[in-house]
Amino acid sequence: MSAPGAGEPKLGKKDFVSDQDVRWCPGCGDYAILSQVQKVLPELGVPRERFVFISGIGCSSRFPYYVNTYGFHSIHGRAPAIATGLKTSRPDLSVWVVTGDGDALSIGGNHLIHILRRNLDVNILLFNNKIYGLTKGQYSPTSEVGKVTKSTPVGSIDHPFDPIALALGAEASFVARSVDVETRHLQEIVRRAHEHKGASFVEILQNCNVFNDGAFADVTEKATKADHTLVLEHGKPLVFGRDRDRGIRLRNFQPEVVRLGNGVGEADLLVHDETNPALAYLIARLGPPHFPVSSPPSPDPATRTPSTSRWPRRARRRRPTWGRSSTAATPGPSAEPRAQAPRATRPFGRCRRMLSRRRGRARFRRARRSAAA
Amino acid sequence: MPDGVATGAKSIEERDAIVIRFAGDSGDGMQVTGTQFTTESALAGNDLATLPDFPAEIRAPAGTLAGVSAFQLNFSSLPVFTPGDDLDVLVAMNPAALKTNLEDLKPGGILIVDKESFHEQNLKKADYERSPLEDGSLAARYQLFQVDVTKLTAAALKDLGLSARAVFRCRNFFCLGMTSWLYHRPIEPTEQWIREKFRKTPELVDANIRALRAGVHFSENAELFAVSYAVKPAVIAPGRYRNITGNAATALGFVAAAQKAGRPLFLGSYPITPASDVLHELSGLKQYGVYTFQAEDEIAGVGAALGAAFGGAIAITTTSGPGMNLKAETIGLALAVELPLVITDIQRAGPSTGMPTKTEQADLLMAMYGRHGESPVPILAAATPADCFTMAYEAVRIAVKYMTPVILLTDGFLANGAEPWPIPDPDTLPEVPVAFRKDPSGFFPYLRDEETLSRPWVVPGTPGLEHRIGGLEKEYLTGNVSYAPTNHEQMMRVRARKVAGIVREIPPTEVFGPPDGELLLVGWGSTFGSIRQAVGQLQSAGHRVAHVHLRHLNPFPADLEGILERYRRVLVPEINLGQLVRLLRTEYLVDAIGFNKVQGRPFKVTEIAGRCLKLLNGEEVRS
Repeated sequence: MSAPGAGEPKLGKKDFVSDQDVRWCPGCGDYAILSQVQKVLPELGVPRERFVFISGIGCSSRFPYYVNTYGFHSIHGRAPAIATGLKTSRPDLSVWVVTGDGDALSIGGNHLIHILRRNLDVNILLFNNKIYGLTKGQYSPTSEVGKVTKSTPVGSIDHPFDPIALALGAEASFVARSVDVETRHLQEIVRRAHEHKGASFVEILQNCNVFNDGAFADVTEKATKADHTLVLEHGKPLVFGRDRDRGIRLRNFQPEVVRLGNGVGEADLLVHDETNPALAYLIARLGPPHFPVSSPPSPDPATRTPSTSRWPRRARRRRPTWGRSSTAATPGPSAEPRAQAPRATRPFGRCRRMLSRRRGRARFRRARRSAAA
Repeated sequence: MPDGVATGAKSIEERDAIVIRFAGDSGDGMQVTGTQFTTESALAGNDLATLPDFPAEIRAPAGTLAGVSAFQLNFSSLPVFTPGDDLDVLVAMNPAALKTNLEDLKPGGILIVDKESFHEQNLKKADYERSPLEDGSLAARYQLFQVDVTKLTAAALKDLGLSARAVFRCRNFFCLGMTSWLYHRPIEPTEQWIREKFRKTPELVDANIRALRAGVHFSENAELFAVSYAVKPAVIAPGRYRNITGNAATALGFVAAAQKAGRPLFLGSYPITPASDVLHELSGLKQYGVYTFQAEDEIAGVGAALGAAFGGAIAITTTSGPGMNLKAETIGLALAVELPLVITDIQRAGPSTGMPTKTEQADLLMAMYGRHGESPVPILAAATPADCFTMAYEAVRIAVKYMTPVILLTDGFLANGAEPWPIPDPDTLPEVPVAFRKDPSGFFPYLRDEETLSRPWVVPGTPGLEHRIGGLEKEYLTGNVSYAPTNHEQMMRVRARKVAGIVREIPPTEVFGPPDGELLLVGWGSTFGSIRQAVGQLQSAGHRVAHVHLRHLNPFPADLEGILERYRRVLVPEINLGQLVRLLRTEYLVDAIGFNKVQGRPFKVTEIAGRCLKLLNGEEVRS
């Protein structure tokens, strides 16, 4: 037997690199994720042959081909189903599901919520790039309202899922969010997902530099990420910002952002508790424009200007989006704000906002005036 | 009515076979009554076949035509092939049951009705303008027995203090008591069953047993039945038998094969009529290494099974027509990754939701062609309820030997129908060898066996053999992703050749009848009994007619072409609009004629015999 098992010579990253050429687009966020996972796997104390990576269809789902373990590239959305059969009949294996926002949340939504509900002991890595990449750029279930793509030439009118809130709603026992380029954070999250006994759900914000470049620029660009990222640590108050001068507290059961000082101290802030699912959901629902907010907070996301000029032009046209990295068991804030209007009235409101974003408010008003005339 | 004959000295007539049907409201317990009468008959040593026939609604509005549930049993001292064409006895618990079932009762047959249920309200629900009991039409045509079943049951139970509703629900056992007396069935097995079934509610044990016995005593003492009937035990090869339904046999066939293979059995399934009983049956057998997974949907059911196959389990999924549509994509994946998987389609009347509780054979072409791309899958079909055991076993054996998904077709008639089954000696069952590859030297994931063309089964956890599989086209040997044009063709052809090669597993085709002649009937699936009996009758009448029943539908048996050539005409009876006949015509350029019926019910023997006679008489009738 050539392959080392437990107790044999220590494995390294190279032992988890397969002989296949990696065929993602140059610059894709998937490379970084692959690399972090390959770094962590040898450190988990599991013999290489006991790892199984199962995927569905999509760019992210090519992942198993590149990891030198057992792998199964299956059909669109069905990886959780296949993982369920494998893990229940072979509990000795370490089973990983690699999926994307379209694969897990659209065609495979049913399987995802049920594998989480059953709390099967698998690790689910969801690469969220808010776009369909392999089919060349249609909007996905996490794409923001107003997203202009080949299939939505005047902007999407569908409200997106927040993957973390969805997972919590499905009774997930472990949820976490990380970012493709946050190498050390991502490694830590992958490790903790493995350690969790039960279904571990990890959303990884991943840049698709071809079809949705800069979707998470707020949290990946050096100039902005500190102001847009809330790093959660168990037992620590929710503090963020470049100068770590802001925090989140609860008043009248509503979260709010406060500036520290002037009589407001860390003792007034919410403290992260990984074991509290109600708090997890509260944090999952935080998001722009009000949370954790760049400076200054804008009342209307549609008019908010990007805070860095280094953004690619395409990204600037869109409503800025936020992601938050978090440690295990509790999520970062939601990436999307939910409109405050009653649900039933929202589709129309969303259409209007979508139009306003696409063309700019002024142009929208002009169009309305000319239509009225 | 007997005149002046002393009670107890009633005459006994002997009969070879009796066809009886219990019909009532879906809440009247007709399935229980029929099943218990079947058990009594099996223990009396008769050969038998059953046909449960019930509505999809759990409790359709009481007393309506839509809510009628029936159970038919044919028991005999001779070999039985079908549940019987026409009824010798009909027990009708209400006007709706009478209306929907009367046309099947033979003239002069015994008709037992619950007199009190023929009140105005029930008559109206059954669209009777006036009671058929009163106009003399029934009495003129049948032996009509009007029994105050409700009143007599109530009288027998009156001191038990049960609610009127509870008493009403014991009526079926009163009827079972009557018919048990009429045909000399032992009631002890039913009493035992009642004790077991209601052990948590002793008052119901008492009530139902009393109702049962009251039915027997009433028949014995009341001067109602002039004669009773004896049906001698059938001459059946000695051995241990049990009464078994097709679904139970399917489940046991899978367990037996997995045990023989020395592997766990994994069932991924989603509840669907009429397949759910296989899931129920297997969920109680975890002591035999059976895993059952009730999935969130049909796709997850088959997906989980495929995942288990990857891990080295004997993997199966069970469903019915609509579920097959949903599983198609995963079946395609299973054949691309070449993992063993058995997909059982317990066919029901379609299209769409169709008639879930009624039988049909209309999924053959879907099994054959219902996937995108060139995707050959071996197809097996069971012929009788007990044959479901054999074919389920065979499906597993072929799946693991050839590393392929296998589709097993049964149907609602087989699934719920029952017959006596000689319990096989496990040592006589064929071997199901499973050898996982463990040796890394010279290993390739798609290195094929020279004879079977199957690739090695390597399970995760095997050191040194780490590899990836998936739905993208594979390179011939390495299994790496390949878009090379000639490789794709090579893979297409090798997958087709592999399935075609399964022909070597098929035993010589059994021909029932002369080796050549005027007419050959070719059937598959649950039409076996009707065809066999019809052909037997025609042979007795001197016709050169033979019957071939196919259990392997893809590939066909190697000797089938030669057999087809030896008869002047070929007739293919099917419960569909012509599917096997299409395959036979395509494959062999034979001018086979279809005989088709799609009424949610099996063929009657007379229908098939009649169609054959027309052909034999030279009438060119094409259906």
